[in-house]
Amino acid sequence: MNSIRGISASAGIAIAKALRLVHGDWNIEKRTIQDEESEIDKFESALEKSRSELHRLIEQTRERLGDEKAEIFEAHLLVLDDPAFIDQVKEKITSERVNAEFALQETTIHLVEMFENLKSPYLRERAADMRDVGKRVLSHLLQQKMVDLADLSEEVVLIADDLSPSDTALLDKTYVKGFVTNKGGRTTHSAIMARSLEIPAVVGTKNALEQVNDGDLVIVDGIDGEVIVNPESSLVEHYQAKRIRYEKQKEEWNKLRDLPTATLDGHQVELAANIGSPNDVADVLANGSEAVGLYRTEFLFMGRGTWPSEDEQFEAYKSVLERMNGKPVVVRTLDIGGDKELSYLDVPKEANPFLGFRAIRLCLEKQDLFRTQLRALLRASVYGNLRIMFPMIATLEELMSVKAIYREEKRKLVSKGVAVSDNIQLGIMIEIPSAAILADAFAKEVDFFSIGTNDLIQYTMAADRMNEKVSYLYQPLNPAILRLIKHVIEAAHREGRWVGMCGEMAGDPRAIPLLLGMGLDEFSMSATSILPSRSLIGRLLHHDMRKLAAQALEMRSAEEVAHLVRQNVILQED
Amino acid sequence: MMELTVKITNAEGLHARPARLLVSTANQFRSDIFAQLNDQKVTLKSILGVLSLGAEQGDVITFIANGEDEAQAISALQEAIAKSGVGVVYE
Repeated sequence: MNSIRGISASAGIAIAKALRLVHGDWNIEKRTIQDEESEIDKFESALEKSRSELHRLIEQTRERLGDEKAEIFEAHLLVLDDPAFIDQVKEKITSERVNAEFALQETTIHLVEMFENLKSPYLRERAADMRDVGKRVLSHLLQQKMVDLADLSEEVVLIADDLSPSDTALLDKTYVKGFVTNKGGRTTHSAIMARSLEIPAVVGTKNALEQVNDGDLVIVDGIDGEVIVNPESSLVEHYQAKRIRYEKQKEEWNKLRDLPTATLDGHQVELAANIGSPNDVADVLANGSEAVGLYRTEFLFMGRGTWPSEDEQFEAYKSVLERMNGKPVVVRTLDIGGDKELSYLDVPKEANPFLGFRAIRLCLEKQDLFRTQLRALLRASVYGNLRIMFPMIATLEELMSVKAIYREEKRKLVSKGVAVSDNIQLGIMIEIPSAAILADAFAKEVDFFSIGTNDLIQYTMAADRMNEKVSYLYQPLNPAILRLIKHVIEAAHREGRWVGMCGEMAGDPRAIPLLLGMGLDEFSMSATSILPSRSLIGRLLHHDMRKLAAQALEMRSAEEVAHLVRQNVILQED
Repeated sequence: MMELTVKITNAEGLHARPARLLVSTANQFRSDIFAQLNDQKVTLKSILGVLSLGAEQGDVITFIANGEDEAQAISALQEAIAKSGVGVVYE
């Protein structure tokens, strides 16, 4: 028995025989040949076998998975028959007098590189199609069997270095019970696909492919991110029980997907999700989210060499708004600087980055980039229900400057005849204690607040939570934090504004009963926490939670508050 | 020789699905058929050639047909472009 740890990419338990998906490296030896004719014949015959194999796969995939998935192989067929491909290989065989396998390898690598160098990310992905076709022909030349995901006949757990988009497109839940990869994280393509297909998956194990053999019995625990190879029978039973428990719970949660979020006595709140890119929206909807409560736009600016253009930003914002189909989307304007650096933004190193030149402070000085983002947002506003939120506001003057810039950009666009929505709510993050304390004044100037607890707690407790020595001071349940939150909610409600929360605390089952009792209107969390939170809220009485919150506010420590919640609320379903 | 000028309007550019449609349309004719984007000119009878153009939203592509059935080829291409929705033809 052997246990491998990784990142839980898709919850659930799978138990099945391992199938290693090895794409093989291109390391064909170059041989000089005498008889070109027979090499070309060999190549032609491999093409013919690949062609009939693809025809069979197209039929089979269409039946099992539908037309759209079958199109992947139709595209492969077209590449296979392409003169640019066939002629290049033949030409290499004749002119360089090399073996067919080598000529195929060189041509494929050349064409793959051509695709990888294209500017459009969509077309770059076509490199995978070219690679797949080359591998298929090679497998026939070498007379080796290629593992075809569309051609499985028994239940397996796939073990791979990574899964390409064409691999994941062909995952058939009937046979693929789970998968494990060496590479990747929670937001890589294969992880997102695993969640949308509801296949348990553990990714980023670094070396599972090296530790597992074909046919090994494998348990994939996508809940806790663990892979167990050749377990004892008692352990298999333990995991079978865990799977049944999980599936029962998931069934309960799934019933809640399209329901509103309400307490037993009918008090409604909104559950929203935090996202970093348009690709996250599928997850958000699949988990029954009622809104996007925090769209972190900085990911659009990271991992690249230049500023994203206004049009590029517009496309991203429009895409999220359209996919949310009228549900609210709170977009946070750029929060960079401090610890989040951009290679193309020249900001001097600071002794205290969290207390430094970042977010709105940076945007107010580098107004060009702030105005570009606002224009992109305003133009996108007609495609859905946009709300704009400004981070790190400390003073009213900052807010007034931000609003003046916003109004100016809006006016300019409207005068040019650009369509802009009339219903864009403006809000601020409450994450600096000064803004929390002065919430009554801020509430007169905005449509909503969203409490960013990660920063609010670290600024209030004066403790960097990344610093292990002081991380014990990161206390969401400390009465000081709770009183601050209560003050913010009351100040907003007096002005008729709504209050959300987008820090980790919003999805914390120990905090939810108290936040509910204090009157929080919107809870924004990671998509996977939404259904469990809706389930929890549905088991609570708002009336009781108000009393519980009032008691908590009178406690003296986070420990006492945690104890109070444990005594009064059953957090887990049995 | 006949030409057809098309502006790519699809957000993903000239991607695999419409490219496939154009290539299989082109292959139904005896004429030489090319696609040109800026100074790159490729045969429209090869999917790899067409995709290698990397045509994106906003790019303008000229299709050129030369041969006995060039008129039929151009009108078939016009139809294929309309059907795929990948772009608009400049009249």
